[in-house]
Amino acid sequence: MQLSLEQVGKTVGPAVHLYPMSLSPVPGAVTVLLGATQAGKTSLMRLMAGLDVPSQGRVLVDGRDVTGIPVRDRNVAMVYQQFINYPSMTVFDNIASPLKLGGQPRAEIDQRVREIASRLHIDIFLERLPAELSGGQQQRVALARALAKGAPLMLLDEPLVNLDYKLREELREELSSLFSAGNSTVIYATTEPSEALLLGGYTAVMDAGELLQYGPTAEVFHQPRSIRVARAFSDPPMNLVEAEAVDGGLRLRGGVNLPVDLPGEASRSVTVGIRASALRETARPGDIGIPGEVELAEISGSDTFVHVNTAQGELVAQLTGVHEFDLGAHITLHIDPSQVYVFDRAGDLVRAPRRQEVKA
Amino acid sequence: MSRIDLDLAHSYRPNPSQDSDYALLPLKMSFEDGGAYALLGPSGCGKTTMLNIMSGLLVPSHGSVCFDGRDVTRATPQERNIAQVFQFPVIYDTMTVAENLAFPLKNRKVPADQIRQRVGQIAEMLDMSHQLDMRAAGLSADQKQKISLGRGLVRPDVSAVLFDEPLTVIDPHLKWQLRRKLKQIHHELKLTLIYVTHDQVEALTFADQVVVMTRGKVVQLGAPDALFERPAHTFVGHFIGSPGMNLLEVEAQNGSLRIGDRVLPVPRPLPEGPLRLGIRPEYLRLVPLSEQGCLPGTVTRVQDIGTYFLVTVDAAGQSLKARLSNETAIPGMGSLVGLQILGDHTCFYQNEELVA
Repeated sequence: MQLSLEQVGKTVGPAVHLYPMSLSPVPGAVTVLLGATQAGKTSLMRLMAGLDVPSQGRVLVDGRDVTGIPVRDRNVAMVYQQFINYPSMTVFDNIASPLKLGGQPRAEIDQRVREIASRLHIDIFLERLPAELSGGQQQRVALARALAKGAPLMLLDEPLVNLDYKLREELREELSSLFSAGNSTVIYATTEPSEALLLGGYTAVMDAGELLQYGPTAEVFHQPRSIRVARAFSDPPMNLVEAEAVDGGLRLRGGVNLPVDLPGEASRSVTVGIRASALRETARPGDIGIPGEVELAEISGSDTFVHVNTAQGELVAQLTGVHEFDLGAHITLHIDPSQVYVFDRAGDLVRAPRRQEVKA
Repeated sequence: MSRIDLDLAHSYRPNPSQDSDYALLPLKMSFEDGGAYALLGPSGCGKTTMLNIMSGLLVPSHGSVCFDGRDVTRATPQERNIAQVFQFPVIYDTMTVAENLAFPLKNRKVPADQIRQRVGQIAEMLDMSHQLDMRAAGLSADQKQKISLGRGLVRPDVSAVLFDEPLTVIDPHLKWQLRRKLKQIHHELKLTLIYVTHDQVEALTFADQVVVMTRGKVVQLGAPDALFERPAHTFVGHFIGSPGMNLLEVEAQNGSLRIGDRVLPVPRPLPEGPLRLGIRPEYLRLVPLSEQGCLPGTVTRVQDIGTYFLVTVDAAGQSLKARLSNETAIPGMGSLVGLQILGDHTCFYQNEELVA
């Protein structure tokens, strides 16, 4: 199913919720809407679903103008942050409800419900009522119902946000394999860059009611068009340091020189972006050192995020594994100069690190 | 400040007869004076029950709680001299920030000049010095929770400060600042701090020692690097790290290790019989199939996670994840690869417990 938004915008009274934007999510794939709260993700999904009518622009489904056609006359499945189930129906009947409306044979319905329930690990609760389940289990029932419907357009608005992180990890994995097995066009809103990367597919980065960039998820991550995209699409935040173009490269604020090739048209004063993962503790040949003091080491289990005070400002380094640092300890962070991003004065990307192509 | 010793069990129902009747299974453990501890686990694991038993809000159904060797099992929180910080701000809206911070000290009749000094010190640590004369009512939820933290930390003579998911209402950006503050404060004040959370980042960042719990049981008490490097229980391997540890069904037999239809040499002395082999995605290496002692597998998924690649490999009928640096060669989908699963970082489990 090809959904196309043509210059859609939404204003409510004097407030602009969405600036005019065009977006054609790749059919049959997952498109992640990534942005902070208030970026406009939910507003955009409501236009896609037909829950709201855009103030301007058109919504097309397979070339047909559906602007203004309400949600009940479209074939859409939605899942919200807050789970919604039919309280008086069993889990089985909740999941089966869209199939029953579709008039499918009983045996087929039964098989489909059990299959989806087992993928989401709720098959042991089929005879229970939603109120007898935990929050995480109820959300899985809502997800199972949306998946059972098999609608050509599936809209998921931060569906895992209220679950604990281990469960989120497992469900994300199950969901992405269910998505890739089906033909639905899936729109998935999240505030978390790591969730977008784990889901893969395509990502639309939003910020303050604007659509900033749309493309394959990894490409948007590695080639952010602007500082705004880079900021929205990095966790921990990309380190940004003011710099000046000098002979043979860049001089960072605080006086560290990086030998970097810049395109001829680049402005003299630029912003250098350094991903936390590009900074390391041990130098390799060609690396440039940036000395500083440890402010805090945050440990996520798989990684340690070290916050370091330097002459360039506060930098965050992501080190694999668990590392202990004393507060105030001296540390030198090392960077391969070819691994930096450079943005011009207007905030547009002028240089990105080279990356490895992998056939998926 | 005190050392806390627990030797107890707790059941919310009378006459517990099986493990599932217990909110806390029989346990014996000590919290050292001046340490920073986290109780970490999923909801329902018993961490809040343990905290409430330490604070005196709950009397355990079996056993005892001692503070510095003194039995306080039935003593109230006041008698135990405990300070507590909850998920949501507990403050007086009509008072100023300074009055709120001073309240626990005033209650204990601390001399005014000492109160002023201590309130100033705590406000300074929490970056609230400029807000001391403001009324709490006008502040945001974040700011109010900072006052709650300050009230918990203001008394220098408490036995321990107990935190129950104190950063739940805090916005993510402020969260890491507060984590840093708490760590610095622990450094400076050397209070005994006990912190309950289901968030591994909060637990591992805050605590010197983390108590990992599941189903009413403490499965490991250890420093953050021990939980990562040598998980004492398969649950810890799974729960710490994203994704968690790969766990493979294997069998040790007469000096060899059977994995599916492969037989590998035993890398170190192992108990005979069925075991689970644990290896973290960070340590699982992809090697040429020709390398000796490797397990052959097929790549079923390749994910570019931006700062690294996550590669899923099916081998010996099981699915494993490897985390590979952007700088290594990444195999394509469907490629045949070798997996090096034996190394210094490999752990072995029998009945879910670490044995080698």
